[in-house]
Amino acid sequence: MATMAEFILITGRTAKQGAALHKGKDSSEYRQATGFVQMSREDRERLGVEEGRRVRLRTAFGEAELELREGDVPPGMLFVPLGPGANALIGADTEGTGMPDSKGLPVEVELR
Amino acid sequence: MMIENVVCPFCGCLCDDIAVEVEDNRITAVKKACASGRSLFVNVHTQAAKPTVDGEEVEWPQAIDAAVRILNDAANPLIYGLSSTASEAQRKAIALADLLGATIDSTSSVCHGPTTIGIQSQGEPTCTLGEVKHRADLLIFWGCNPAESHQRHFARYSALTRGKLTPGGRKDRTVVMVDVRPTLSSKRADVFLQVRPGYDFELLNALRALLKGQNLDVDQVGGVEVARLQDLVERMKSCRFGVIFFGMGVTQTGGKHLNVAELVALVAELNAYTRFTAMPMRGHGNVAGADCTLTWQTGYPFAVSFARGYPQYNPGEFTAVDVLARGEADAALIIASDPMAHFPRRAAQRLAQIPTIVLDPEMSLTAQAARVVLPTAIYGVSAAGTAYRMDNVPLPLKKIVESPRPTDEQVLDWMIERVKTCSA
Ligand code: SF4
Repeated sequence: MATMAEFILITGRTAKQGAALHKGKDSSEYRQATGFVQMSREDRERLGVEEGRRVRLRTAFGEAELELREGDVPPGMLFVPLGPGANALIGADTEGTGMPDSKGLPVEVELR
Repeated sequence: MMIENVVCPFCGCLCDDIAVEVEDNRITAVKKACASGRSLFVNVHTQAAKPTVDGEEVEWPQAIDAAVRILNDAANPLIYGLSSTASEAQRKAIALADLLGATIDSTSSVCHGPTTIGIQSQGEPTCTLGEVKHRADLLIFWGCNPAESHQRHFARYSALTRGKLTPGGRKDRTVVMVDVRPTLSSKRADVFLQVRPGYDFELLNALRALLKGQNLDVDQVGGVEVARLQDLVERMKSCRFGVIFFGMGVTQTGGKHLNVAELVALVAELNAYTRFTAMPMRGHGNVAGADCTLTWQTGYPFAVSFARGYPQYNPGEFTAVDVLARGEADAALIIASDPMAHFPRRAAQRLAQIPTIVLDPEMSLTAQAARVVLPTAIYGVSAAGTAYRMDNVPLPLKKIVESPRPTDEQVLDWMIERVKTCSA
């Protein structure tokens, strides 16, 4: 039975993702640098999930499977670096600005 | 041979103090650049590359023919990217859009497009990074993380650098970070205000109220105690020269351009007390140049359509994510950017369905899915050109290695000539 937990999703740049860009987006460095989600220690322990485990994230727009890592984010928030995982989760509605909402989206985490 | 004072073309800092050692047309050492900049220089290709059409290698004239045929056959072509190419090429891309009646947009629309919209309603209290270096004693970083995304910003322009009126460097400056989470940057700040996601507007609005001397009948706003906001207002009023650098934490959360307008209004009001400015942390090396060149050529900074034969501007209508997600664009020319890797899935899916032409030194995800791939030289490494720093100061990019590849500007010129002969 899958467990669900609700979070707020923030996507953004990281130094590793910036450096890995030049190695090519099919490089293992780029996949490593973008294929994870960060969760606070409190939330990780509360949900009883191990680091390194793959979890499924779901927003109103799409879903992505990412590796779970503990990170310095406040409880209740998840951080995903810019890349294919983040793109699958954000919507294309720009509310007349040209800019999709890519920070502050409600997101569910599914743990199998 | 050691080449000094090279401008790194990767991010909006455009650091112009890089030293690059070149032996036999190969880059053997890079000094002073950060990890991202170094990676750009050392991974550069200098070998020839042939253009491809439907995956088959062809000669340049055939590739240009195929590209122009796609664009001429389209009812609503989109030209997008521009932020990692030189302004000389940006200008040609605009000329091509004009000839074709195309929509043209830059990566600005998905980074600081809302900044431009906000500034259009409020004005722009700005300065150069030189002024920041020499004068600023209060640095506020709002919704940005320079330690990761602009790694030499602190050392060259802001927190750590020593200037004429800030000879003590870090000691002479107060650094404030506002963000939704602790970051590498916030760990180096004197004051860190952790705002709840989506509450930037409320926080800025509260600061404006406190600046006007109003009492707030709450204890905290967006997760930050009012006493700490009052303290920030006092620091802002009493500094000699303050600046708010802001990033996508402000432009990509709910409110978007309204957040920026509120931030700029606060900065404008602070000028009743002291000198205060605001500056967006522009990401790609020449994204500021894309805004400048488009404005200079069309009157508008991004989201421009030439469909009626004259430039029209409308974010939300002529922005790339929107024209793709709504299925309006029926062909695309992507210049030096990778929307397949960065756009929301619905927009990227449309891009995969329509014929696409890519001008890029790299085999990006967009290039991998494109009908026509035109491999070009890299401005700042294997081609010379002009780029605009985040403070809109233009800097010359050097050619430090030879490349047999043409520049974006040359390729766009060939396309323009071909379009003209087709329609003659
Ligand atoms: S901070 Fe930006 S411009 Fe400077 S070296 Fe790093 S990537 Fe290049």
